Amino acid sequence: MAPPQPRHLLLLLLSFLAAASLATLAAAVYEDQVGLADWHQKYIGKVKQAVYHSQKSGRRRAVVLTEENVIASLDLRSGEIFWRHVIEKNDPIDQLSLSLGKYVVALSSGGSILRAWNLPDGQMIWETNLQVSKSSKPLLHVLSNNKVAKDNLVFVSAGRWIYAVSSIDGVISWGKEFSFDGLEIKQVVQSPDNDIIYAVGLAGSSKLNLYQLNAKTGEIAKHIQESFPSALCGETILGSHNVLVALDETRSGLFLIEFKGESISYNKVYILDLVQDLSGTVKLLPLMSNGVIALQASSTVSLLKLKGIDGLEVIQSFEQPAAVSDALTITEKDEAFAVVQHVGSEIELIVKFTSDVTNEFIREKINIDEHRGNIQKVFLNNYIRTDKSHGFRALLVMEDHSLLLVQQGEVVWSREDGLASIVDVTTSELPVEKDGVSVAKVEHNLFEWLKGHMLKLKGTLMLASVDELAVIQAMRLKSSEKNKMTRDHNGFRKLLIVLTKAGKVIALHTGDGRIIWSNLLQSLRASKSGEIPFALRIYQWQVPHHRVMHENPSILIVGRSGADSAAPGVLSVLDSYSGEELNSLRLDHSVVQIIPLTLEDSSEHRLQLIVDSHSHAHLYPRSPDAMNVFLHEMPNTYLYTVDIEKNVIRGHSLQKSCHNSDDEYCFSTKELWSIVFPSDTERIAISETRKMSEVVHTQAKIIADQDVMYKYLSKNLVFAATVSPKAAGEIGSAAPEEAWLMAYLIDAVTGRILHRVTHHGAQGPVHAVASENWVVYHYFNLRAHRFEMAVIEIYDQSRADNKDIMKLILGKHNLSAPITSYTRPEVMVKSQSYFFTFSVKAIAVTQTAKGITTKQLLIGTIGDQVLALDKRFVDPRRSVNPTQQEKEEGIIPLTDALPIIPTSYVTHSVQVEALQGIVSIPSKLESTTLVFAYGVDLFYTQLAPSRTYDSLTDEFSYALLLITIAALVAAIVVSWIWSEKKELRDKWR
Amino acid sequence: MALPRRPRPLPFHLLVVVGALCLSLAAATFQSDELVLHDDDEFEGAGAGARPTPTPPAAVSSRGRSGDAAVGAASGHAESSAVQFALEHDLGAGFVPAGSFSARLKSSAHGSQTLTKLRFTRNGLTGDEKDAFKKLLNEDGFYSIRLLSNVLDPARKDYVVSSIKARCIPRESLDEHIVIHMDGVNILAVNYGSVGGCQYPRPLKMPSKWTFNSYTVLKTSEQAPRTPSFVDQLIEAENGLGEVVKPPEKSFWAKYWMYIIPLGLIVMNAVTAAANMPEEQAGGQGQPGAQRAPNAAPRRR
Repeated sequence: MAPPQPRHLLLLLLSFLAAASLATLAAAVYEDQVGLADWHQKYIGKVKQAVYHSQKSGRRRAVVLTEENVIASLDLRSGEIFWRHVIEKNDPIDQLSLSLGKYVVALSSGGSILRAWNLPDGQMIWETNLQVSKSSKPLLHVLSNNKVAKDNLVFVSAGRWIYAVSSIDGVISWGKEFSFDGLEIKQVVQSPDNDIIYAVGLAGSSKLNLYQLNAKTGEIAKHIQESFPSALCGETILGSHNVLVALDETRSGLFLIEFKGESISYNKVYILDLVQDLSGTVKLLPLMSNGVIALQASSTVSLLKLKGIDGLEVIQSFEQPAAVSDALTITEKDEAFAVVQHVGSEIELIVKFTSDVTNEFIREKINIDEHRGNIQKVFLNNYIRTDKSHGFRALLVMEDHSLLLVQQGEVVWSREDGLASIVDVTTSELPVEKDGVSVAKVEHNLFEWLKGHMLKLKGTLMLASVDELAVIQAMRLKSSEKNKMTRDHNGFRKLLIVLTKAGKVIALHTGDGRIIWSNLLQSLRASKSGEIPFALRIYQWQVPHHRVMHENPSILIVGRSGADSAAPGVLSVLDSYSGEELNSLRLDHSVVQIIPLTLEDSSEHRLQLIVDSHSHAHLYPRSPDAMNVFLHEMPNTYLYTVDIEKNVIRGHSLQKSCHNSDDEYCFSTKELWSIVFPSDTERIAISETRKMSEVVHTQAKIIADQDVMYKYLSKNLVFAATVSPKAAGEIGSAAPEEAWLMAYLIDAVTGRILHRVTHHGAQGPVHAVASENWVVYHYFNLRAHRFEMAVIEIYDQSRADNKDIMKLILGKHNLSAPITSYTRPEVMVKSQSYFFTFSVKAIAVTQTAKGITTKQLLIGTIGDQVLALDKRFVDPRRSVNPTQQEKEEGIIPLTDALPIIPTSYVTHSVQVEALQGIVSIPSKLESTTLVFAYGVDLFYTQLAPSRTYDSLTDEFSYALLLITIAALVAAIVVSWIWSEKKELRDKWR
Repeated sequence: MALPRRPRPLPFHLLVVVGALCLSLAAATFQSDELVLHDDDEFEGAGAGARPTPTPPAAVSSRGRSGDAAVGAASGHAESSAVQFALEHDLGAGFVPAGSFSARLKSSAHGSQTLTKLRFTRNGLTGDEKDAFKKLLNEDGFYSIRLLSNVLDPARKDYVVSSIKARCIPRESLDEHIVIHMDGVNILAVNYGSVGGCQYPRPLKMPSKWTFNSYTVLKTSEQAPRTPSFVDQLIEAENGLGEVVKPPEKSFWAKYWMYIIPLGLIVMNAVTAAANMPEEQAGGQGQPGAQRAPNAAPRRR
């Protein structure tokens, strides 16, 4: 019998189809899916010290120390990281050095911790704790002379202490505290030919002490003291092996101090006699070379040659911005150093030998990107060329914190290390696809598309060979679809626009994390007058919807022109697609708080309110149109400030205009409410609100017994937590009896405290996240010796009666009544706390387009990973034995600790070093949210908290579907023909 | 003062005493983090010259008595002294005194202090103040009040402020509701509002009586519930004491209905098909297309 045959085929195909679609429903990422939707970038931060491997070792590597407290070994050929250690921020590394050509020795925490790492692989070899007097600038000195280096000693000096530590095993060979009050050791000098070291220290401001010590035992052989007629500022450098150069207190004179055997002789030289046009603070640059010193003023950098102690001679002056490298020993006698200066749009690298300072060994012009700013630091290294002559290369640190390697007049590689210090993040949509927009070279032709799908099909049916599997994987990883520069249907492709500490704005593509554009903002660059601007926040400025084809969106960057909070603010508007600066504004008021309003003017500019230090609010954009929109909403605009210093939270309303200015865009504020926390029992630890852009799908929650609870969904809800003053310190600094944490839910319009709860025996650090009608916060429980996460959910009781269906039909309900903050709310609060294993660096919550998808908490753990924890685990309604209905509702039986499921790590196997923040951005697809985590590293991924229920995944094989349909059609045709034939035969019978 | 005192059963009094002890302990050194069944401490208010309201708000229930009673119970070893502090209001021209609170300061043996037996007296509105209030109502402005945050140390001049739109207050008279959040002797915050709801925007309405009807509620902090700990239960389970609860045996029907129903349908289908077969064979050649294949084969034999 023929007819059943197609049915079998159909069943077979259907089962294949089902299997293929089920396979993609897994929660975690499979090993071969890594890199499909996520990317991870490693950075190190702004380099502050670099040391090169010695040439003999043959490895072309440099070890760098950065301002983000990272020690990294970089490949000099490509700039890749060989190994990297991110040290905790509370243990700042002061200095780095190489010892014996195989250890990296780093001094940290003000000279109290000395560590050594193995150079090739970065394994830690030893760590030694040293007892030093605090608040002094520690020095690390590694003996370079081979005669003495047989003991392999490393000298550490800090304050009055000097230590000699063996670099092989970290054993303290000797330590000495000089019994001289107020002494601070400034220099440790090693005698070139015997086991003697000299320690030069300053006591008070004018007493110079010279100690001669035995390097092996630490015995003081000699002690010479000399008083100076005028005070010294403490800045000293070693001009040559026996001449010390010291700046005096007024920074206008130099003392040249010579040590000759047992005597000290000195001579004072006035800087103005040497260099004419000096302005600003004069600094000595740490350049250690044969009689050449560098003097930095705000406008010039001068190279000076020492002539004994008789005086100095100016060799050359360079206009700022310029940088001078440390001296590099080339031969026994000779040293080289580099000077980098700007010439027009190019930079110029000049290498000189100290033996012949008037001549230039190399002068190279290098073209670099203008968005890198000025040169900040240069580290010189030499190599032997193929023709046996000396070649030089240099690592340049630029103003935007990037690191470049230049050699032979070219930039060999560059690292965008400004991305290691992100201040704020926003996103922008990509342009809509239209004619004229270059859609890049990523389009495939039909044949390739089909071939790709055939390969995928083979993979699905497990017919592919190993090679083919590799091809499939590579194809998936660089899937062209996700890297296009146009908007996609699902909203996965976006621009992540980040603001870095250096004042550079960088746009990253979410597809693969590449940099689309970058712009070092002129207004956020250090000016000649020495003020250092401060990048604050980044906001969306204009998001066109009506004229989306013709107008580009723009972003607003807010900064401050100085470190002080009263310094005037700076605004800058950039085009989101090109990074061009459209407008730049120097404000005449300070920036204390920036409030992005939910209002838009007719040209779709987002309105922003900037509050200054005099509590005046300023409206931006400054246009009559925006003013009209704002004036209409002004009576309903309230703002609140959290003053952590004074321990007060205040609420304000806005009033028509400022008292003492005729600026119509300025509004004065009136204090409406205040909450004064008693400073002897409470200190504000954190305040947190919901995200303004958050979408909530439903205001009601159906609970197990068919009952309804109404969420209290006020956008004005502020969560604040205070801790007892004693418990504000580190964990363990307070006893459980004197530590407590109070959590507050405050209405920011009226200052009503809706809920207040005390956790006894709890202490910070507190991290919190608020969303919908709940707050989750994390703290330490001193009694249980564990971290805890507590949840507070708040429900509106005044609507609780709206359960009767008849009432709803007849309209006898208050659901349509407007909610006002002036009415005293009746709320019900449910709370619960759970133990949590980790300490936490940041908490965020997933945001989706419509808020239907269940929420996940994104927890940045102490291990620098991001853990996705389902909100259902931190539900206050969990009970020990949930009823059947409650189970159906999805309530999990109560446990005392929150589970950590290894597969729920969003960051799978990678670490986002020094994790700082987690941002969740909704995509257009309801099930999916985009997660961006940043610290020293960057990590981006797509997350589907309830799995992708609304779309087929990338894995879906369209070829399989097409083949199934074709096979079905063929089967239908065949069976139809069969049945026709059979019928005909029957009729003839 | 004006609360209806309902008779209470005995257990309630016990609860009060227990609550009082816990309260005094907790306030002293926070030695216990046991959940305490006390709630909003309060109360109470009286209009200056106004009658005490016949129906106090629901929140100010007999629980408030428990607060008072608690203090009474705890005062056995404590000394008390009277404290007065002023409520100031702002009718648009700066803060001026508008009423006063009197309370008793209780010092417990542990050295901590609390305020109890709070009473509030409102000053009557003067003619000028009435005019100012009318102006405020016309302008739709804010009516603000403030209290000293530390009543024992007035020199510190830290005020807690609260405001409401002036149009929320007038009803028959001027009805106000003051919630004072306390922490020991410190006033953390004061929440000022109308007694009922206050929908906005709101038309101008003048009160018929220019006197204040005040309700005052005193609130202290709640204690957080303790984190559940199942260590004991786990140990119990490990020792084999915890019995494994077997799920109740389901009936045969409940277990297998999903198989039985389709099976039944198939059987029924087969039976009807079998019943129809002879009929069709008898008179069925008129409808060839309507039959299914298995039936067709025997038919054409």
